Amino acid sequence: MTGVQSLSAPASVRLEIGVMMFLALRELRFARGRFTLMGVVIALIAVLVVLLSGLSSGLVNDGVSGLKSMPATAFAFDEGTITDNAFSRSLVDGEQLATWQEAEGVEQAEPMGVSIVNGTTDSDQQIDMTLFGIEPGGFLEPELSSGSPVGADLGGIVVSETAKSEGLDIGTVITLDRIGLELTVVGFTEGQSTFGHVDVAYLPIDTWRLIASNTAQPGAPTAAEIAALDYDYSSVVALRTPASTDLGAIDDAAGTMTMTRTESFNASPGYEAETLTLTMIQVFLYAICALVVGAFFTVWTIQRTGEIAILRAVGASRGYLLRDSIAQAAILLVGFTAVGVAAGVGFGAIMPDAMPFDLEAGPIAVASILTVVLGLIGAVLAVVRISRIDPLTALGGQR
Amino acid sequence: MNTATTSPALALDIRDASLELGDGDARVRALDSVWLQVEPGEFVAIVGPSGSGKSSLLAVAGALTHADSGTVRVHGTELGALSGNAAARFRRDTIGFVFQSGNLIPALTAADQLRLVGRLAGNRAVDPAPLLKAVGMSARADHRPGQLSGGERQRVGIARALVNAPTLLLGDEPTAALDRARSHEVVRVLAEQAHESNVAVVMVTHDHDVLEHCDRVLEMVDGRLSPAA
Ligand SMILES: Nc1ncnc2c1ncn2[C@@H]1O[C@H](COP(=O)(O)OP(=O)(O)O)[C@@H](O)[C@H]1O
Ligand SMILES: [Mg+2]
Repeated sequence: MTGVQSLSAPASVRLEIGVMMFLALRELRFARGRFTLMGVVIALIAVLVVLLSGLSSGLVNDGVSGLKSMPATAFAFDEGTITDNAFSRSLVDGEQLATWQEAEGVEQAEPMGVSIVNGTTDSDQQIDMTLFGIEPGGFLEPELSSGSPVGADLGGIVVSETAKSEGLDIGTVITLDRIGLELTVVGFTEGQSTFGHVDVAYLPIDTWRLIASNTAQPGAPTAAEIAALDYDYSSVVALRTPASTDLGAIDDAAGTMTMTRTESFNASPGYEAETLTLTMIQVFLYAICALVVGAFFTVWTIQRTGEIAILRAVGASRGYLLRDSIAQAAILLVGFTAVGVAAGVGFGAIMPDAMPFDLEAGPIAVASILTVVLGLIGAVLAVVRISRIDPLTALGGQR
Repeated sequence: MNTATTSPALALDIRDASLELGDGDARVRALDSVWLQVEPGEFVAIVGPSGSGKSSLLAVAGALTHADSGTVRVHGTELGALSGNAAARFRRDTIGFVFQSGNLIPALTAADQLRLVGRLAGNRAVDPAPLLKAVGMSARADHRPGQLSGGERQRVGIARALVNAPTLLLGDEPTAALDRARSHEVVRVLAEQAHESNVAVVMVTHDHDVLEHCDRVLEMVDGRLSPAA
């Protein structure tokens, strides 16, 4: 017994764990029916948490992957544009653009046009696209997985790689409804590039201006039409600036309002409503996890009152009993959360393609950790009652 | 222990201890100026009607609760000065409890009951076999309490109380759940501890049959302790 005091700290920590797990593990095995029941509920919560996380990532990617893949750090919108659908509402003129391009501390400032259009392919298929008008050769030019970049051809578009599944191919001609303007697929982006749940098509900003100014003629766009165009607007100014730049001051000068790229996600169609809804469901799930685990361990601890009094009477400290019980809860939570996450990832892999569902390691890790942590908080609040159990109650007789 | 020691020769030294329990109208004087001295190796029995304060006496002697007044020393350590965790350590290292019905942990086998109590004291290498053998439970080492009879549980409870080699053993009606033959067996184990291992034993009992094994019999009435008639 005197040996305990002379042990070095790591050894005594190891000893503690050994002592701790001794009872926790044996009780898990002894009451495996009850613990499995609780564990299955935890695992089911973890499955839901993973599925929601996948759905959430999928919707985010569907909504704003076109923005996420952009090297821009911020976007300048026309002053007073309301946030909802701001990209397609905003219009900035050549002067505002020039102010940004001339401002100190701005590395890149290029016009960007955004509009959502409907079109029909040469095989008579209806498709929706978000047009991103960009400066050919500029910093917004997307990475290509195949084909050639925007600009060589005034009517050439670079389309999200995901559009291949809709039958688009290099050389596919898309005719814009009502306008009759013909655009030809010349390349595909590297990875998904969608905005507002539709595929992005990058095209030269001049061609976008032709469409935006309502002067486009049926057929492929021509250099003559562009030359005749007197329209210097774009939707926003895409910016790349160091973090130190005071965007507010330039905003004042240019009559614009700037959002960082992440802030601008909320300016894409439906984004805020979707993510808020999903976030709320996730928050509810975490709360349910804490409550269910807390309720289980409350009942479990009350059942153990007698034996805890005995353990206290034979010399177990409060701290020891608390650590033992919390270790037990942690084993249960980590074990069954892992099972649930594995099952959730398995379900995710067989989700139909049409569902916006993306399994991403980061969000899944965060969701798993939150499930375990919230469950543990519930368990800790439940087992602290251990410290109020009086060892005196271990004695028999009238007590 | 670094607490002041005054009369280390006595295993248990209770002087003028009183204890009140309950609140308001339900307040009762569970112990009323109790004096009790027990030598190492002595086996003392306490008899008395139910509700007379016998368990309360053991609680005070076993550092489970503090007396309201008077002093309680175990091997010279003043129990009244021990805080909650210090009292737990003191119980773990010095005192063995034998409860009314064994009071075993349902999840643990007989051998594991002993191992756990050893581990609580930092002793990972406890060998339960000799102690289980001493109480005649070798064949039941891997059984859980649910698979043991009342007498078997009680004997495991005694073995468990002995794991950390206590010098004061306190039994609260350890034979209450046992038949006559078993009662004698269990009390004989306690007597052996007293007479062969020099442990001081204080046993509360209703069972006048087993008193023949004891060195001294005291009677508790209304919280007052006196030599038995
Ligand atoms: N927790 C308690 N609160 C109030 N009164 C108690 C409590 N425990 C015991 N008592 C009372 O204290 C007296 C002594 O109890 P106890 O020591 O258990 O007696 P015994 O063990 O001799 O039967 C009894 O009157 C009993 O009702
Ligand atoms: Mg009693």
